Amino acid sequence: MTAAKTLKIGFGIVVIAALIIVPMNFNRYGLFILSQWAVMTIAAMGLNLTLGYAGQVSLAQGAFVGIGAYTAAIMTSSGLPLIGALGVAIVLCFAIGWILGYPALRVQHHYLAFVTLAFSTLAFLVFRNEDWLTKGIYGISNIPRPEIFGYPTRRPLPFYYVCLGSLGIVSLAVWWLIRSPWGRAFIALRENPVRALSLGIDTRRYTLMAFAIGSALGGVAGTLYAPLTQYVDPVPFHLSLSLDLLMMVIVGGSGFFFGPFLGAMIAVLLPEWLRFTQGYYLMLYAIAVILLLIYSPTGILGILDRYISERRTKAASALRAVAKAKLETAP
Amino acid sequence: MKPVFLASALLATVLTGAAIAQSGAPIKLANVAELSGGGATVGTNWKNGIDLAIEEINSKGGVLGRKLEVTHADSQSNPGVARAQVQKALDAEPYVLLGPGYSGSVKVTAPLAAEAGIAQIMGGEAAELTTTGNKFLFRTSFGQQSSMPKVAKYINDELKAKSVAIVWVNNDFGKGGRDSISKEFAKYNIKVAADLSTEAGQADFAADVSKIKAAAPDAVFVYVNEEESARILKELKRQGITVPLVGETTLVGQKVVELAGDAANGARGHVGLTTDAPVELIKAFRDKFVKKYNYVPDHNGLKGWLAIYMIKATTEKMGKVDSKGFADALHGFTITAAKEPGILMDATFDANGDIDRQGFLVEIVEGKQVVKQVLPKLGN
Amino acid sequence: MSNLLDLLIAGLATGAIYAIVAVGFTLLWQTSQTINFAQGEFVMLPAFLMLAVMHAGAPFWLAILIGIALSLLLLGLGFKMLLVDPMLRHGVLPLAIATMALAIGIKEAAKQFWSAEASPFPSIIPGGDVTIFGRVVALQSIGVLVLAILAVLGLTTLLNRTSIGHQMQAAAQNPTVARIIGVPVERMILLTFLINAFLVALASLLITPIYLAKFSNGEVLGQAAFIAAIVGGFNQVRGAIAGGLLIGVVDNLSAAYVSTQYRAAVPLVLLIAIILFRPQGMLGRPEERTV
Repeated sequence: MTAAKTLKIGFGIVVIAALIIVPMNFNRYGLFILSQWAVMTIAAMGLNLTLGYAGQVSLAQGAFVGIGAYTAAIMTSSGLPLIGALGVAIVLCFAIGWILGYPALRVQHHYLAFVTLAFSTLAFLVFRNEDWLTKGIYGISNIPRPEIFGYPTRRPLPFYYVCLGSLGIVSLAVWWLIRSPWGRAFIALRENPVRALSLGIDTRRYTLMAFAIGSALGGVAGTLYAPLTQYVDPVPFHLSLSLDLLMMVIVGGSGFFFGPFLGAMIAVLLPEWLRFTQGYYLMLYAIAVILLLIYSPTGILGILDRYISERRTKAASALRAVAKAKLETAP
Repeated sequence: MKPVFLASALLATVLTGAAIAQSGAPIKLANVAELSGGGATVGTNWKNGIDLAIEEINSKGGVLGRKLEVTHADSQSNPGVARAQVQKALDAEPYVLLGPGYSGSVKVTAPLAAEAGIAQIMGGEAAELTTTGNKFLFRTSFGQQSSMPKVAKYINDELKAKSVAIVWVNNDFGKGGRDSISKEFAKYNIKVAADLSTEAGQADFAADVSKIKAAAPDAVFVYVNEEESARILKELKRQGITVPLVGETTLVGQKVVELAGDAANGARGHVGLTTDAPVELIKAFRDKFVKKYNYVPDHNGLKGWLAIYMIKATTEKMGKVDSKGFADALHGFTITAAKEPGILMDATFDANGDIDRQGFLVEIVEGKQVVKQVLPKLGN
Repeated sequence: MSNLLDLLIAGLATGAIYAIVAVGFTLLWQTSQTINFAQGEFVMLPAFLMLAVMHAGAPFWLAILIGIALSLLLLGLGFKMLLVDPMLRHGVLPLAIATMALAIGIKEAAKQFWSAEASPFPSIIPGGDVTIFGRVVALQSIGVLVLAILAVLGLTTLLNRTSIGHQMQAAAQNPTVARIIGVPVERMILLTFLINAFLVALASLLITPIYLAKFSNGEVLGQAAFIAAIVGGFNQVRGAIAGGLLIGVVDNLSAAYVSTQYRAAVPLVLLIAIILFRPQGMLGRPEERTV
C-alpha cells in the first residue's frame, strides 16, 4: 500500500516537474495552448465540484468564465490590478451562483440545469448588448498581462507559469475542500440525498454551496482567460462553452479529482492534434468523444477505476482460490 | 529572447534567400480563417478564393518563378482560437499572413503579426482596424469608414430622405456598419426613425418589419447578411412597405435576388466588391469560381482571391521574396488591372493599409443588378 | 392592433415548428431518459439527405420519401442502436454529452460533405401570399401551421386512441409494470425513436424552404425546442406543443414591443418565472424521477 502511495507521489512530482520544465523551449503556440489547458482545467474543476461531487448539472459554467473575463478586462484596462479583479470576480460569481441556485434548488433537483441554461444565454445577451460596460460586440482589446511581484508576465512563458501556478493553487484548495467535512457532505449528497437529509445534513445549503463555489472557480478561470487572449468579446462565452466544459468533466471522469485535468486535455489538445486532417478534425474529435463515452461512460478515469477494481477482484479471487486449494489439500 | 528571435529570423531570411537562387523553393503563406462556427461561410469563401488564385498563379509558373503554397487553419470563429492559430502560423515564419475575417479575431492577432514583422492581409471591415497605426495590416475591401459615407450621401442627396430606419445584424460586421452610418446620418441631420438589431440566422422578420411600418421612415437601410436580406425583403414587400430600401453588397447581390425573387426589385445599394460588378475581369473570376466550387461566391471569395494577387503584384514589384520589406512595398502602391489582371480593378493601398478602388451604386431592376452610378476612386 | 394579428400568425407558424421538434424531444425523454442535444441537428440533416437524393436525379416527391426513410434509419434506428442502447444504463448525463458530440459531428459533416453555403430548398407549400380579413399573410406560414397541427393531432390520436399508443404510454410511465402486463417495452421505445425521426424530418421539410439548407440551422432550433419542452413541462406531449407555440409568439411579440436586442431573453425570463412559480411546467405533472 505504501509502495503504491510512493509511486503515486513520485508520478505526481514527475508530472509537475514536466509541466514546469518541458514547456521552457516550447514555441509561443505551444505555450498558448498549454495555458489555455490550465485555464480550462480550472473552470472544469469548478464544474466538477458542482457536478461530480454535489451531483448538480450546471449549464452556466461558461457564463461564469465570461463574467470573470469581463471583470478582469474592465478592471485591468482601467489600471486596477488583476488580483483585485480576481477578488471581485470570485465574489460576483459566488453571489450570482447563490442567487441562481437558491430558487432552483428550492423546487426540484434538475431545475438547476434549466435555470442555468437560461442564465447562460441571458449573460451572453448582456455581454453583447450593454455597450457602455462591455463594449458590446466590438469587445475589449489590449488587455494587459499582470506583473507578479514586480515581474512582468507579458511574454508567453512567464504568463504560462501564472496560469500553471494558479492551477496549482486552485488544485490544492479543491483538494483540501473535498477532504474537509464540507466535501464529505457534498459526496453524501450525491450518493444518497435522502439519507444525507436524514443524517441531519442541510442538503439544500450544501448543494447551493457546492454550486456557488464551483461557479466562483469559473470566475477564476475567466480572470486568467482575459489576460491570456488579451481580448474579450461575447462570442466565446456562448452556451457552447458551458456545454464544452460539461463535456470536459464527463469525458475526464466526473467525480474524480483528476478528471477535469484529463477532460480539458482532450477538449483543448485533441482537436489541435487532429488538425492535420484539415476539414475533418472537428468531425474526428466528435467521433472520438462519442466512442470514448460508449466505451466508458464514466470517462477516462472511469476506465482506470474499472481496471484497478478488476485487478483487485482478480487478486482477491486468486487469494481465495489459493486459500480454497489449501483447505482442500489439507487432510 | 527577442535578439535571438530576430537573429534567427534574419538567418532564415538569408537561408531562404539563398534557397531562391538555387531551387526556387515554394513561397509559404499561412491562412487563419473562420472555417467552422458562426463565420464558416465567410471563412470558407475566403479560403476558396485563396486556393483558386494560388492554383491559377502556380499553373502559370508562380511568382518570380516560385510556386505559392498555403496552409489553412480554422479559428472556429473564436478570437482565442484565432490567436493560437496565428501564433502557430507565425512560428512557422510565413511570407505573408492571410486572414482572419472577423474583426474581433483581427484585433487580437494583428499585434502578433506586427511584432513578428510579417504583413497580414485580412478580411475585416470594422472602421477601427486601420486606425491603430499598425504598419503591417492590409484590407482587401473598403472599411466601413469609407463605404458608409457614400451610402449616406446617396440617401441624403438622391433620395432626400429625412428619416431612415436602420436594420442591422448584431455581430461585428452589422454593428460596425450601423455605427458608421449613424455617424454619417447625424452629419446630414437625418433622423434614425427605428434602430433594429436582428440576429444572425433569423428567419422571422415580421416583428422588425411591423416596427419599421410603425416608424414610417423615408427610407430603410438594411445591413444584414445575404440570406437574412432575402427574408426581410420578402417581409417588407408583404407588409406593403414601398419606401426605398438601401444597403450594401449584402442587399443587392445576385444571391439575394435568387432567394428573394420579386421582392428584391427596387433594392439599391453601394457595392464595393461584388461578383456582379460590370467588369469583364470580375465576370471571368466568377465563372472560374463557379466552375471549381459549384456555387457563386460572395464578396469574401473575392477578397481571398485579391489577397493572393496583392501578394503577387507586390512581390513582383520588389523583385524579390522579402517578408520584411513586403509591408513597406505595399504601402502607397497602386496595382493596375492592366498590369496585373488578377487584381480585377485598379486598387491603391494607403499608409494605413486601407484600400481605395472604384465603387458602384446599383439598383435591382426586374431581377437584374443595374449600375446607376460609378463612384470613382478617391485619390486619382 | 392590426400589427398584432400579423405578429401572432407569424409567431404561431414559427412556434408550430418548435412544437414539432419539442414533442420529439419530450417523447425521447419520456420513454428512455434521453436528452438529445443533437435534436436541432436532427432537423437540419434530413433536408440535406433530400437534397442529395435530388442531386442524384430523383424528383422532389421521391426525394422526400427517401429522405424520410433515411431519417428513420439513421436518426431513429441508428441513433437508438448505436448510441442510446449502449449508454442508457449508465445514466442520463454521459448520453447527453455524447449527443452534444454527435451534434458537432453532424454539423461538421454537413459542412464538409455538402457546403458551408446555404442552399435553396424547394417548398411543398406554394409561395406567395393570401389576403385574409384584409391582412396579407404568407401561404408558407399558413401551410406550416396547418401541417404542424395535423402532425400533432395525428400523434395525439395515436397516443391516446390506439392500443399501440396506450402501450407506449404504459412503457413510458412504468416500464416494469408494463413489462409484467405484457407490453413489448423495447419495441415501444424503438417506436418513439422512429416517431421522433419522422417528426424531425417533417420539421426539416417545413422550415428548410424558409431557413435554407445550412449546416448551422440546428443551433437556434435545438435550443428553442429544448426551451419549449421545458416551458411546457418536459414530460407531456401537449405541454411541449403549448410551449413551442408560446415561445414562437412570445419571441415575436417581445421583438415588437420590448426590445429587438433582447428578444431572445424574454422566453428565458419566462422560463425562469415558470420554474419559480410552476416548476412542473405549464401543463406538466410533477415528476418523481430526478435527473
